[in-house]
Amino acid sequence: MFETLRQSLKTGVVTTSYPKTPAEISSHARGRPEIDWANWKDARIGAKVCPTAAIACEDHDGERTATLDLGKCIFCGLCAEADVTIRMTPACELSSCSRNELKNVTRYKLANDGTQQSLIEMSGAVATPSGPSSASFDATGRELKRHVAHVFGRSLNIREVDAGSCNGCEVEIQGLNNPIYDIERFGIHFVASPRHADMLLVTGPVTRNMELALRKTYDAMPAPRLVVAVGACGCSGGIFGVNYASLGGVDRILPVDVYIPGCPPNPHALLHGILLAVGRMAAFNGRKK
Amino acid sequence: MNLLPPLISILEELTQRFGAQIEHAHAPQPNELYLHAKRELVGALCSTFYKKYEGRLAGVFAEDARTEHDVFFVYYLYALDSKHAFVLVRVPIQAEQPDLLSLTNAVHAANWQEREIQDLFGIKLVGHPNPRRVVLHDDWPAVYPLRKDFDLHTELPPFTGVRHKFREVEGEGVFQVPVGPVHAGIIEPGHFLFSVAGEPVLYLQLRLFYVHKGTEKLFESLPIPHCVRLAESISGDSSFAHATAFCHAVERAADVEPPPRARALRTICLELERLYNHVADIGAICTDVAFVTANMHATRLKERVLRVNEQLTGNRLLRGMACLGGVRFDFDADQLRVLAQFVDEFEKEFNELVELIRSNSGTRDRLETTGVLKPEVARNLGIVGIAGRASGFDHDLRRDFPHDFYDQVQFTVPVFTEGDVQRRMVVRREELFQSFAIIRQVMEKLPAGLICEKLEEVPPDRVALGYVEGWRGEIFHWIHTATGNRLARCKVKDSSLQNWPALSEAILGNIIPDFPVVNKSFNLSYSGTDR
Repeated sequence: MFETLRQSLKTGVVTTSYPKTPAEISSHARGRPEIDWANWKDARIGAKVCPTAAIACEDHDGERTATLDLGKCIFCGLCAEADVTIRMTPACELSSCSRNELKNVTRYKLANDGTQQSLIEMSGAVATPSGPSSASFDATGRELKRHVAHVFGRSLNIREVDAGSCNGCEVEIQGLNNPIYDIERFGIHFVASPRHADMLLVTGPVTRNMELALRKTYDAMPAPRLVVAVGACGCSGGIFGVNYASLGGVDRILPVDVYIPGCPPNPHALLHGILLAVGRMAAFNGRKK
Repeated sequence: MNLLPPLISILEELTQRFGAQIEHAHAPQPNELYLHAKRELVGALCSTFYKKYEGRLAGVFAEDARTEHDVFFVYYLYALDSKHAFVLVRVPIQAEQPDLLSLTNAVHAANWQEREIQDLFGIKLVGHPNPRRVVLHDDWPAVYPLRKDFDLHTELPPFTGVRHKFREVEGEGVFQVPVGPVHAGIIEPGHFLFSVAGEPVLYLQLRLFYVHKGTEKLFESLPIPHCVRLAESISGDSSFAHATAFCHAVERAADVEPPPRARALRTICLELERLYNHVADIGAICTDVAFVTANMHATRLKERVLRVNEQLTGNRLLRGMACLGGVRFDFDADQLRVLAQFVDEFEKEFNELVELIRSNSGTRDRLETTGVLKPEVARNLGIVGIAGRASGFDHDLRRDFPHDFYDQVQFTVPVFTEGDVQRRMVVRREELFQSFAIIRQVMEKLPAGLICEKLEEVPPDRVALGYVEGWRGEIFHWIHTATGNRLARCKVKDSSLQNWPALSEAILGNIIPDFPVVNKSFNLSYSGTDR
């Protein structure tokens, strides 16, 4: 007993103050890939090496539509190795309330040799290249307590469902309960029953075998309820995509409120996405689901 | 044929005994002997390997070769641990109404794998004691996904009917407790059906494969370099081990040898993967017997490893590090300093955690004699890895089939015979201490030079076996290459597939409230099993 106490005292407080302070990420970490859009000459290079078709392009009538989809990206960095106009940044707070916002869609005029001559237009997340700004995110963090207090009586309960994940996302979600990230400091708990839950945190491409269990878990939750899709697989099906055993991303089964990209998203990214989802509760009130 | 001396004599003896029934023998590697045999020989060869050569059946898998050879092939992978060699027996199965004589009655280790072949290839098992479905749930239509004429993107109709056909357990006072697939904690899905009389568990039926994602079929549709990333997603907590096993297989098929520095860095990464998983499991075992403080320290330590992983490889789970021919990122002087300092500090803190757990006699009381897997049962089921070593099976691929840099370092393999939860925890503890020593030795001997050998296109129609001792146990990737830098077949075997049946044995006579800690002490991968 004394030994237990002594070690706890000796260890002291180890909890991060994120999101008040920036995410503690190594400069080596691979997060959001950034493309030098104006000088991007050939999207085919990245598309060829990308294992999940997160970078894809299509040519028609002397024009090329090139897409960078963070919902599919597994942040391997192979595109950046192959193409000098792409570089990997450590940015990990990439969550979004809309699937389309994760997609950067660009249109280029093509040169005769099949390379991109000039940028015609951009849409999607390109408009806000740094993702949700840290200022808006701080605000989200501050708003959290207000919303939690108003809507859920100072607590948000999360039920996690692995609908087909490789367990990588679970490793990181478990990390939210460790003393470093300590999600309970926000009044957020993981609960055992969907009946106690306000939020469903879903990982994995939804497999044929988990489809029913996922639906039943969702149906067992009282309204209002939130659904958060976690990881490349949860957002889009990831490297598994759609096949005889996999149905693809979570939004093919349930209405998704927030998407958290990553393979897997680290605990900072998960916290960011969960807080973002709760920040949306005001807009969510009164919406029938 | 360039063969290890023990394999030469084994081949001679077998040729003498079976003559023309062994149609062909070849050895793509000195420690890998392929025997193409007549199918009648399966039983005789199996008993010969078990009785005469201290072999064990480490894997059974099939391949659809109807286009080229008009047959299915079934492969039996025998590991001859004491001789440091593998023998792969290949037998043909006729394409029309294919059937396979089951070995399960003699070798229980083959049970699930044979049923997997039946489910995925439609090869009917003859003489199997329990030929129910295992991979595909009972409500799936009659499809055979790994046959070549089944398209990966086939859209199956909605499933109807009974999902699981369980065996009846009857008797006065017997009742059944179904659990899952969605569990109370943040873990993977699977269904457990307990039959209990009073408190003790009489019988446990497992229904897994809830996260079956068609991975092996998917391997056949991707260019080989992309398959490395797929291998990383087979079992998230063993990303690097699976990717490395896959790379080994491709490198052998392409006759490419990774440079010494790459092999050293791979070894460091494999040990880092072992560190974070073992320390997390030790903590989780403590949580399941209500010693939560120890788990808080353990998860704190795990986080330290994940952050070092990120500093070294750019990803907390070591993803993106593996590549064909070596590794993708070198460690510079700063990173090596970080690693050295980390190992010292981590060891010190881990020692404190060990002391903390030791000081808590309640924890030991709960863990000793709980969830016992007897050595003879373990041997019978072919249990490997941590669970095998806690139940008296003295083996470790790192020592017996040294891959990467393991032939250059000294370490011991902890083995116990009690087979309870406590010993499975102690095996992890002792392995962690070995890991510290291994990482230090690798850093001391770290060779200079390249970290990746060029590997552009893999020649077609080669077979190769990749193997790695992951933190859970042995991982095998067997590949058969096709034209256009693709694979005709990739068989993935995680040790979990072998070990799940051990859980049903270890829980017998224990009470359901002890199930979480027994389950955690094995900590098997659902995704690695289901694929």
